[in-house]
This record gives sequence, structure tokens and C-alpha cells, in this order.
Amino acid sequence: MGWVSLSLLWLAVAAPPDSLPADTLAPRPPRVLEAARFHLQDTPNDAGHSVTLRWTYPPGLQDSVRAVIVLRAEAPDVPMQEVKFIPGAPTVYKDMGIPSRTPFYYRVLFLTVTGDTIQSAVLGPVEAYPQWFHTGRIPILLGVVLYVGLLLWFIVQARGGKELFLRKIPGLEAVDEAIGRATEMGRPILYVPGLSTIDDIATIASLNILSHVTRKAAEYETPIIVPNRNPVVYTVSREIVKEAYTSVGRPDLFDPDQVFYVTDSQFGYAAAVSGIMMRDRPATNFLIGMFWAESLILAETGAATGAIQIAGTDAVTQLPFFIVACDYTLIGEELYAASAYLSREPLLMATLKGQDWMKFILGTALVLGSLLGLFGITWVHHFFAGG
Amino acid sequence: MHLSTDPWVWVAAILSLFIFSFLYKDNPLYKFAEHLLVGISAGYYLALYWHNGMYPNIIAHVKDGNLWYLFPLFLGLLYFAIFVPKYAYLIRWPIAFLLGAGSGIAIPATFQASIYKQLEGTLLNPLNTYPSALAVFNALLIFFGVLLVLTYFFFSKEHKGVLGATSRVGIWILMIGFGASFGYTVMARVSLLIGRLHFLLGTWLGLLRF
Repeated sequence: MGWVSLSLLWLAVAAPPDSLPADTLAPRPPRVLEAARFHLQDTPNDAGHSVTLRWTYPPGLQDSVRAVIVLRAEAPDVPMQEVKFIPGAPTVYKDMGIPSRTPFYYRVLFLTVTGDTIQSAVLGPVEAYPQWFHTGRIPILLGVVLYVGLLLWFIVQARGGKELFLRKIPGLEAVDEAIGRATEMGRPILYVPGLSTIDDIATIASLNILSHVTRKAAEYETPIIVPNRNPVVYTVSREIVKEAYTSVGRPDLFDPDQVFYVTDSQFGYAAAVSGIMMRDRPATNFLIGMFWAESLILAETGAATGAIQIAGTDAVTQLPFFIVACDYTLIGEELYAASAYLSREPLLMATLKGQDWMKFILGTALVLGSLLGLFGITWVHHFFAGG
Repeated sequence: MHLSTDPWVWVAAILSLFIFSFLYKDNPLYKFAEHLLVGISAGYYLALYWHNGMYPNIIAHVKDGNLWYLFPLFLGLLYFAIFVPKYAYLIRWPIAFLLGAGSGIAIPATFQASIYKQLEGTLLNPLNTYPSALAVFNALLIFFGVLLVLTYFFFSKEHKGVLGATSRVGIWILMIGFGASFGYTVMARVSLLIGRLHFLLGTWLGLLRF
């Protein structure tokens, strides 16, 4: 619908003919606001499919505006299409989902409570285009640079032979004991690498632990079962298990069928793994990675079979279920620390040291920022809000 | 009692009972339902990946003459290199790409959502900006709670002395939080059970009045 017809419609609805003098029955020409009140620009820091339109109201007008209609066209001399009806009296509109690098023209109609229509001149042209650098993310860049700097610093120190201390993590101390138990009982180990995709940090941490567990299992000639929900995780975990067997000199023990894909369905997977727990009776269950609502189904079934269970996840909502149903639980970052803890490799331990320092710096920023915040100095708030 | 006449309701109800039978012990009925679910879902997801992933994201673009999309297709096909022992090593290329790209996307996103936004929400503001004394108490509780929990996750220092005390309080706070989360989620699960019983007793057997 073009803006003229919209204005006429509004006038017809808002101002009944019998309330108007006879000489004003013809539609009044809409009042035009000067272009200087409008600012049309490509939306900064985006992928190039949005423009932002801002405007200011003349004194006293904002209180009487009932709604705003934004119209758009690809040329200034063609009928414009309504793109948005906004109730109230906003001062900004972001037109999203438009093609990149295409000129557009806009007009804004203001519908007042008295039935008048006020409009802008034709605004534009403006093009949406993508930006390579998101200037609003500079605080994140600074944080990442600081973190990477710390990691590199401690890696250099570790290479120089500096001894790094690591406190005991009970869940990881129990890994070897749990593998030994399965060996003694002559039963397999079940390793569930979570249900997420390969780019999930918890999955990556889980696959690091899988490597350690498989090496130990291979040394003890204990079979390990690895069911997977995600096809890509399946491929990676299969490679990891195969390589672990090779690394301890027992490639002959690797059975390609011990690592397998089940299904992408969350509860289909949970049903299948529960069945494996009941039928194969693994002596040890590792539930490590990212889990959702199936966590309690898996952990409860495992507990019912009498298996020793070590769980680990960074899913805060699932941790309570693992804590109540498993023997040991790696909470959040303990999971990320696992590969360094189990391998005791100086380089990996150096990354843990770097993480600790980052936590210390952030904790200090929290204390200082809060102290300043109490006195009304809020630039620390703005720095983190900018992220 | 008005039994449902819809055959699919009967299928869903009987399969639900088969799954519930696992509560007693593993049995052939559960095995049947489990294998059916796994088989059907695997096939369903294969079709889903084709219609929602492969076709609109690659095939449609290639059909339109945009041959750049053959590159990700080629990279994806390298996953099948695993079936050719001589070239099995090629599978590492797509995995490396996925891990690298995934980390690149995840690191800034994690900084933003899991660190900066959390810190912003935890920082204390001028006291006069809080609407009530309870809000001040709440802000202080979160502030000190976050700091104490943070100390539990220090790995390169032994938890002794001050650090030992703060980390111990930190783990108590975590456990209180987990307890609350546990209760909340159990309530949600009970509501799921009620939904299933509603289906069995109402939709299937017609014993409940809606």
C-alpha cells in the first residue's frame, strides 16, 4: 500500500466527515518534517543486511504521535511499500533482512492522535554493506590477546623446565582405578563422549580423556565401547581409539565395531546406551562431554547396573544429576583441566597455569570494578558490557 | 471409558508401555521399542540432513552455477576416505577444518557470553541504584558467591589456608545451586510424566475427562 493511500485511510478512520467543516472534507496534505531530523545509515558492525533510521521530533510532537509507518522503495520515484507499522512514538527503526549493496529510499509517516499524518521527505539512498571488523568487540579482542599472551608466557616457562604444580582432582585420580576395576572384573568399559558436536569444547575435552582411557584399557587388554550420537564425533573418536591402541603397541586389539554411531535422536541414543548398559554390563561407565535431558537416564541406568561411574560436563543444569547418580563428577572446568592432569605434559600444564592467572585477573577486575561501581565510577561495567 | 479409535494413538501408547517396561528390567519388548526408535530416528535424521542441510546449502547453490560450493562438498566427502585405507589419512583435513573453525567461532562467543556478560551482571553498582535492601543483599550474595566459587577452580595452587577455606565455601555454594537446579528440573520431569500418563489414561483409554 502506498503512503498516500495509507494517509487517506488514516484520515478517513480517524476523522469522521461529520466532525469536519464542509470546506475541509478534502484530505489535507500531510505536513512534511525537514530532512535534517532524519538520519539514515548502514547499520554498523553487521553482516550487511540492515540499515538504521533515526529521527528526532519537533518540540511537543512526540507526545501526540500514535504510531509510525516506515515505507521503502528501490527508487525515489516509484510507489513505496510499507515495511513496518510501529505503535507508539519510537525514534529509531532498524530495517533488517534487506539485500546487501542495493540502494534503498525511505519515507516515515507519523500518525497523530488528532488524526493528522506527518511525513518525512524521501530519504536516501542508503546501502547496507558488511563490515570486516566489529568495533564493538574490541574488549573481547583485548581479553583474548591478554589470555593468549598469558598462555604463551607460561608455555615458554614450561619449555624452560620450570616445575608446575597441579592440585589433586578426585574425579581424575579415580580414572585409573576405574579402568583397573573393569580389568579385574573382566568386563568392558563404556565411554560416552557426550551428545554434542565436535566444535563443542566439552566434546573436545572428552575426546582428550578418551585417548588416555583407551591407552590404559589397551595396556590392560580391557575392551572399551564407545557409542556416538554425532557422525563427526564418531569419526574422530574412532581415530582416537585406533591411534591409542597403536600408541601402546597393540593395534591388533583395535576392533572397529567397538566405536560406533547410534543415532542423532537424543532419546533414541539414550535408549540405546541404556540397553548397552543393561546387556553388556560394563564395569565402568565414563559419561564425559556435553549432555542434556538424557543425563539422568544414562546415569541412573548405569548406577542400577552397579558400574563405577565417572561423569564430567560443563552443562550446569545436568551436573546435579551426575553428582547424585555417579561416583565421581568433573565439574565444569575440571573437565577442561583433565587432559593436562592425566598426561602431566608440561605444555598442557602451562595452559592450566595461564587459565588460573586469567581467573585471578578477572576476579581482581570484578573486585576493583565493584568498588569503583559503588562510588559511581562505571567504566569497568562499560568495558564488559561492550563485550 | 472411551478407547481411542485412532490406530496411531494405539501404536504410541503400546510403544510407551514397552519403554516403561524397562523400569522392571530389560526385556524383549523394551528391546523392540529401543531398536525401532533408533532405526527410525537414524533414517529420519538422514532425510532431515538431506532436506535441511545438503540440498539447500550445497546442491541448490551448485545447480544455480555457484561452483564455489563444491569446495565444502569436497571437504565433506573426505570423511569417506576412511573406507579407503591408503587415503584414510585425508579424513584429518575436514576434522582439522571443523575443529579450527569451531574454536575460532567458540572462543570470542565464550568470552562474550560466559565471561564478559557474567562479569557485567556480577559487578556492583552504586547502592542508590538498587530498588530495595533485598536487591542490595542479592547483588552482594551473587558478588561474593562468584568470587568464592571461582577460587574452587584454581588448579595450580594447593587448596590450603585461605584458598582452602574460600574454595570449601565455594563448593558449598555450588552444591546449594545444584540442589535448587535439581529440584527445579525434577519438577519439569514430573510434568513430562504427567503428560505421558495423561496421554495413556486420557487420549488412549478415555478414562480422564478433559
